[in-house]
Amino acid sequence: MGSDVVSLGSLAPAFPELVLAVGAVLLLLLGVAFKRERSGLIAGLAIVLLLGVLVMVLFQGSDGVLFNGGFIADGFSRYMKALVLGGSAFALILSLSNAPEHGLNKFEYAILVLLATLGMMMMVSANDLMSLYVGLELQSLALYVVAAMKRDDLRATESGLKYFVLGALSSGMLLYGASLIYGFTGMTQLDKIVGVIAMGDRSIGLIFGMVFLLAGVAFKISAVPFHMWTPDVYEGAPTPVTAFFASAPKVAAMALFIRIVTVSFEPITHDWQQIVIFLSIASMVLAAFAAIGQRSLKRLMAYSSIGHVGFALVGLSAGTSVGVEGVAVYMAIYLAMTIGVFACILSFRTEDGAYVEKIDDLAGLAQKRPFVAGIFAILMFSLIGLPPLAGFFAKWQVFLAAIEAQLFVLAVIGVLASAVSAFYYLRIVKLMYFDEPVARFAAVPRELTLIMALAGFLVVTYFVTVGSPLTAAAHSAAGSLF
Amino acid sequence: MNFSANILTVITFLPTVGALALLLIPGRDEASNNVVRWIALATTVITFALSLWLWAMFDPANPGFQFVENVPWIGESIGYRMGVDGISVLFIPLTAFLMPLVVLSAWNSVTLRVREYMIVFLVLETMMLGVFATLDLAMFYVFFEGSLIPMFLIIGIWGGKRRIQAAYKFFFYSFTGTVLMLLAIMAMYWQAGTLDIAKLLTFRFAPEVQIWLWLAFFASFAVKLPMWPFHRWLPEAHVEAPTGGSVLLAAILLKLGGYGFIRFSLAMFPDASAYFANFVFVLSIGAIIFTSLVALVQTDMKKLIAYSSVAHMGFVTMGIFSGNVLGVQGALFQMLSHGIVSGALFLSVGVVYDRMHTREIDAYGGLVERMPRYAFAFMVFTMANVGLPGTSGFVGEFLTMLAVFQVNTWVAFFAAFGVILSAAYALWLYRRVIFGALTKDSLKGILDLDWREAVVFAPLIVLTILFGFYPAPILDATAASVDYLVQNIATVAGAVVDAPAATVAH
Repeated sequence: MGSDVVSLGSLAPAFPELVLAVGAVLLLLLGVAFKRERSGLIAGLAIVLLLGVLVMVLFQGSDGVLFNGGFIADGFSRYMKALVLGGSAFALILSLSNAPEHGLNKFEYAILVLLATLGMMMMVSANDLMSLYVGLELQSLALYVVAAMKRDDLRATESGLKYFVLGALSSGMLLYGASLIYGFTGMTQLDKIVGVIAMGDRSIGLIFGMVFLLAGVAFKISAVPFHMWTPDVYEGAPTPVTAFFASAPKVAAMALFIRIVTVSFEPITHDWQQIVIFLSIASMVLAAFAAIGQRSLKRLMAYSSIGHVGFALVGLSAGTSVGVEGVAVYMAIYLAMTIGVFACILSFRTEDGAYVEKIDDLAGLAQKRPFVAGIFAILMFSLIGLPPLAGFFAKWQVFLAAIEAQLFVLAVIGVLASAVSAFYYLRIVKLMYFDEPVARFAAVPRELTLIMALAGFLVVTYFVTVGSPLTAAAHSAAGSLF
Repeated sequence: MNFSANILTVITFLPTVGALALLLIPGRDEASNNVVRWIALATTVITFALSLWLWAMFDPANPGFQFVENVPWIGESIGYRMGVDGISVLFIPLTAFLMPLVVLSAWNSVTLRVREYMIVFLVLETMMLGVFATLDLAMFYVFFEGSLIPMFLIIGIWGGKRRIQAAYKFFFYSFTGTVLMLLAIMAMYWQAGTLDIAKLLTFRFAPEVQIWLWLAFFASFAVKLPMWPFHRWLPEAHVEAPTGGSVLLAAILLKLGGYGFIRFSLAMFPDASAYFANFVFVLSIGAIIFTSLVALVQTDMKKLIAYSSVAHMGFVTMGIFSGNVLGVQGALFQMLSHGIVSGALFLSVGVVYDRMHTREIDAYGGLVERMPRYAFAFMVFTMANVGLPGTSGFVGEFLTMLAVFQVNTWVAFFAAFGVILSAAYALWLYRRVIFGALTKDSLKGILDLDWREAVVFAPLIVLTILFGFYPAPILDATAASVDYLVQNIATVAGAVVDAPAATVAH
């Protein structure tokens, strides 16, 4: 098979990835040349690089398939890449002012985030089981290291190890599933697998392969029952790293999930629908009840993210273009809320510099730091899904798709789970606003204030500002898959 | 921008603009608190003036929607649609009318976090106005559910001792009921292909679909109104909320449920409404009789009034689901009148609570000796609550009973007990608080209404009596739209007379 890359110009669809890869290597060289204290500069440059690539992605005109069908650039990949790049950039910004106390003041951190982002972009654009796996592993390996970045900290090391062992297991499952699919269809390219499935009967081996493949991906998006690593890793990893874990990788894995099921397994929609519905219901219900008993802020956010993955999967369960559009909108809003929430968590510090880790320590925050408390409360209401905040419109889109597909039981369970989940979000609001203050809280660094203000602004004014263009973008992104 | 074409948008979002302005006020000293109060008052008064202008411009002869705005918005489903007809138009001036009174009533009694207090109330006003002004089903949900956030904060931050439990209870009752309605809204979208309320009103849903949609909407509105036995959150929320919160809760938020019943359950699901009418009648009678009995034994003034609200809402549901012109008109009148009267009653309790910091009925007695003006105001509202002819409370009760008498005489018979019982608990409350000898030492120094409180009560008294003797302004404004609505249902019901019975058989 001859190469389809004949000139530099024909690589245009992959330019953003190439720029990011070259940039990451250059920054790595710079990092080695610089003194250790200059890690902040590398992080700054990495943020600039990410935002630059984001602009490239947004204005990229050339769609196409490259590398013998291994790589695809289309409307869907552009949309998801934009989210991934934005999430990574903001996660890096979150770490700027507090890198030393989290053990992140090493230039390798920014480089690893860049490499992980590159892996995520590959995942989003993967059009072949092999490029899919390579992208996934590039992302995962970088993340394992990042989780254990604070080497001398017991909890961070533990979380890195846990993440690695379970992650390797899931990669194994994914690989096994991929090999089965190849064995039963004779194809590795996603859009050719579909042709084989459409022609023949669905064999039990193929279904087996699909189940293993989806189990591997479900681990990455931390859908129940593959969620066990999430609370531990979220709690153990340094908070800026947790913010990163909760944002961009979720989006990339979800994009991968969507592409696999809607492109390759379109003829057996009914089979994968059952799996997605199960994952969705299990995630929503388990997260809603398990989060109630949590006392640690980061564990709570871990369960919250599990629940939100469940809600996003409600849209995918429909298996329609409307459903994918819903998931796309959901992930964008989820990303903005997550970044905002972690900016708030990073700014919860007592006057002696210690971070607030227990939920109960937030008591009376509204009287001491009204701005932070206000933003956090808005984000909590938005996570519940209360209108007129952005979180409501996210749920609106996914449930709309589920109702169109007549998945009434799923929808009813979903909205009731969201009512249960309201309980633990409201507890935070109650602590901040209804209770009397105990601790004294320190002032907030400027860039965190900025991010919080941005997240709060977007969440509150979603329906007048970004709502309409975002939905239109998600609509065309979903359209490119069907 | 054409001002009169966008009047509903201006009215709805003006309070939010005021809230944004309040965000810019720095400082938390008494001076800036006063600035906050004046800005809030100015915003609400301007909104009220605009709403009166809306009422004046409204053409009562036109049964359709007026002041319509309609532009596509988010995605294919949600549009920005505004418009009012005779059913919704009067709630806008009612809401806007009560808000300045709420701001005034909090002038001296709320000293803690004044800026936040005014902000959440102004946001709440936008939500309440939006519910009545919007013509998009999704936006209706947004405004309807959006009112939970400010109300949760109002009860939780400025409430009484058991405020947290009350806030949670309020939130979860409302939220759980309402999310089911959300799914029904989505199902309606896929059935009818639009969320435009004006178009949905002419769409015929299949009778077996109507049953499910009706139940989902019922889950939301029955909790909101509230209907017996879904009312358990209400007494607690009322008791714990600050005066302003109780006023809006009783006067406006409960009406969201009644408005929803008329606009959606009755108008869009006529077959299901006919099918469930007897079920609603039973619950209404339950509300009227049982909650009246419960009100009799209350020792807390606010709780007593809260239970009486549930009883009065029983007349509303009874009127609505009698399905004739008198019933719907009576229900609308009852809601508007109750909005004025219950709001006024909670303000009355607030007056003595600000002075004595207790709502226990036993702590009072003989107030007429020291507070003659207050005794007069309280008497007018008590009589209106009883439904004495000549007060606004009479008209609504009379019309709904008349309507239901045509449909089912037994329902009317039992509902009549409610009138007797309401006289019993209301007059007994009045006797225990106002009459008798002033023997308690704590009350010896109590002061009568000051000028600010008098300013609050004067318009309420005037309206209560005015609408009692001359209900025409309300009935005229609603007549054309209600006629149109009832005719619509009648033709639909006539066309498929046996359909509901057939579909529920399986």
